[in-house]
Amino acid sequence: MKLYEGQKGSTLQVIHMDLPLQTERRLEVLGMLEGTRITVVNRKKRGAMIIKIRGTRFAVGENITEHIEVEEV
Amino acid sequence: MSTKELTIGFVGNPNCGKTTLFNAYTGANLKVANWPGVTVEKKEGAMRFHDDTYKLVDLPGTYSLTSYTMEETVTRQYILSDDVDVIVDVADASALERNLYLTLQLIELGKPIVLALNMMDIVQERGMEIDLHRLPEMLGIPCVPVSARRKTGLEILIHTVAHHKDKAQGEKIIHHHDLEESRHKDVEEHHKRYAMVYTDDVEDKIDEIAARMKEAYPEIGNLRWHAIKILENDQEVKKKYPLDFSDILDRDYEKEIINQKFGFIEEIIAECVVNRSRRMESTDRTDRLMTHPVLGLPVFLLIMAGVFFLTFTVGDWLKGYFEVALEWMTEAVTDGLVLAGAGEMLISLITDGIIAGVGGILTFLPNIFILFLALAFLEDSGYMARVAYVMDGIMGKIGLSGRAFLPMLLGFGCTVPAVMASRVLENRRDRMKTILITPFMSCSARLPVYVLFSELFFADKAMIAAFSMYVLGLATAILSAYVMKLADRQKNSNMLLIELPEYKTPNAHTIRVYVWEKVKDYLSKAGTTIFVASIVMWVIMNLGIHGFTTDMDQSFGAAIGKVLTPVFAPIGLGYWQIVLALISGVAAKEVVVSSCSVLFGIGNVTTGAGMGNLSALLESMGFGALNAYALMVFCLLYVPCMAAVATIKKETGSWKWTAAMAVFQILTAWTAAFLIFQIGSGIMR
Repeated sequence: MKLYEGQKGSTLQVIHMDLPLQTERRLEVLGMLEGTRITVVNRKKRGAMIIKIRGTRFAVGENITEHIEVEEV
Repeated sequence: MSTKELTIGFVGNPNCGKTTLFNAYTGANLKVANWPGVTVEKKEGAMRFHDDTYKLVDLPGTYSLTSYTMEETVTRQYILSDDVDVIVDVADASALERNLYLTLQLIELGKPIVLALNMMDIVQERGMEIDLHRLPEMLGIPCVPVSARRKTGLEILIHTVAHHKDKAQGEKIIHHHDLEESRHKDVEEHHKRYAMVYTDDVEDKIDEIAARMKEAYPEIGNLRWHAIKILENDQEVKKKYPLDFSDILDRDYEKEIINQKFGFIEEIIAECVVNRSRRMESTDRTDRLMTHPVLGLPVFLLIMAGVFFLTFTVGDWLKGYFEVALEWMTEAVTDGLVLAGAGEMLISLITDGIIAGVGGILTFLPNIFILFLALAFLEDSGYMARVAYVMDGIMGKIGLSGRAFLPMLLGFGCTVPAVMASRVLENRRDRMKTILITPFMSCSARLPVYVLFSELFFADKAMIAAFSMYVLGLATAILSAYVMKLADRQKNSNMLLIELPEYKTPNAHTIRVYVWEKVKDYLSKAGTTIFVASIVMWVIMNLGIHGFTTDMDQSFGAAIGKVLTPVFAPIGLGYWQIVLALISGVAAKEVVVSSCSVLFGIGNVTTGAGMGNLSALLESMGFGALNAYALMVFCLLYVPCMAAVATIKKETGSWKWTAAMAVFQILTAWTAAFLIFQIGSGIMR
């Protein structure tokens, strides 16, 4: 499933990211790598989300969340 | 007694409390400038400790030392230069896992470095513990617990810096890795010398690249760092050392290097941080309301209404006193000059030109002060970051960042603080776009123009006519943003990705420094531009071919107005008095009203009798309701007042941009007025 389909409060594991290289690198240096577990703190209808990566909250737009493949843990 | 000045570079993630720590050392005693060539702010301060002087440099907040963003590039170049003696890596100890990535990159640079574990008060509050014995063992650098907000540990930190200034390579590093896994010939040595040791294949590549670089560039100081950067495919390092490594670089190692660093970080966290799960959830609770999918928006609008009210209602109330003081000063100066026997021209230049212009800037001070106080509060509490998320969907449709809503809203009050508020935007591109459209939001100074002309020509529909200006301004702003978004297709710059820091009680010291900095900045930079602009406007309005004149229709301005009349004819404003009034409106929009009264020779246009006279006179010239509406539209959209233009110049840092914006705004105003006047005339005929 894609990240934007994730429910509020769920913990998900990143499987694959399909984003422009620069965005992908930005996410990676924030600690979001393939295999990293993230928590969905809050979400909006269209897919923008607040997620927690390694204890830090980030707001990410739907143009990012719809390109991240995740699975439920 | 030593007198050597030591330069300390403060580096850290955004939201790690780096600036608070920096301010705790330097106070408001800062030198703020831009880094050469870019618009990233550079802050410098000085402090004394024992007998030594230290120069402190606050580097831009950054998550890593790659060269993807301006902030990263600036930070990296500065640290690599010889200017910095010791690095203080400021980390948010309550979010150590994220902060350590930058730390590992900094350690690899090979400069003397001290890790400041900031926010230790929060760590304790949450019942977390950090093993301060084990952490420096694993990282090989001193780690000092501090709290910038509580001002604890500050002296120990500087003391550590003073002692550590010559130690480029860290202490002996003690890991407890499973070394059997590795068969690298230098594995023991690596683990003694470097905090971050990669897997064997990566280490082999680093060795190979380092050897080749040493041959070609024997002067390179830190071979390991350069080799890692080559392996990471770093464009800057590759450009500087254009060797061919294609035989070594068989695949992309960048991702692997990041991965392995985070692997090591996980190891550190597991060993050094105790009680990680027992965190306070107060931020989550606050966020449940603040970033609620439905309620988040009304909450935001409520907060914005509060900011708007404070800035303009309270601000304008204070502004009244400033204006009284200014009037008093004008009189006093006039009297003084008369006594000193100054000529009429000099008195006019000083009072009508300089005091009126520069003083006009001072009267904005209460608004600016209150606005930045409110912004500092929102920023420091952690709410500002949420605005980007809450408004992202709506603003994203017109290609703007969620935070652009704030300057646009403030634009209804006054363009000057609104343009300054564009600083809350994350990147320059968004900032420029927002600055371009903000003046279209109808500021309060334009209201007198609408009031006068709508009451003159629209009788009982005056309210609607005036209100339509606000709607039209907003529509123009949205349309402009949308057109820019379409033109900007090639680069999808609007990817929302922003850290939401924990909510906290704003720090009084941080707010004081923030507000003082902005106010000082406004006074010094906008003030100098305004000084020149005031003189230019005065010359246009008060000098003519026969020299100084108090009669406006003898001035250069009148001559310019007459020359420009044909240009304004197609938009229904082909009257030189109107053109001149519009030119004078560049000084301040409300001046259009007083200029009209002077130019048409009608005293007191705001009274009923005066209005009657003016409307009769205008109508006798063929200036009707449609012309009046075109005038209002033009007033709404053309160049904002010179205070706003000066602020735009200050914020964009470019005359070219400022001029381009002015031209764009005049063209927009002309086009809109043209359409309305021509279509209106067509319908009425």
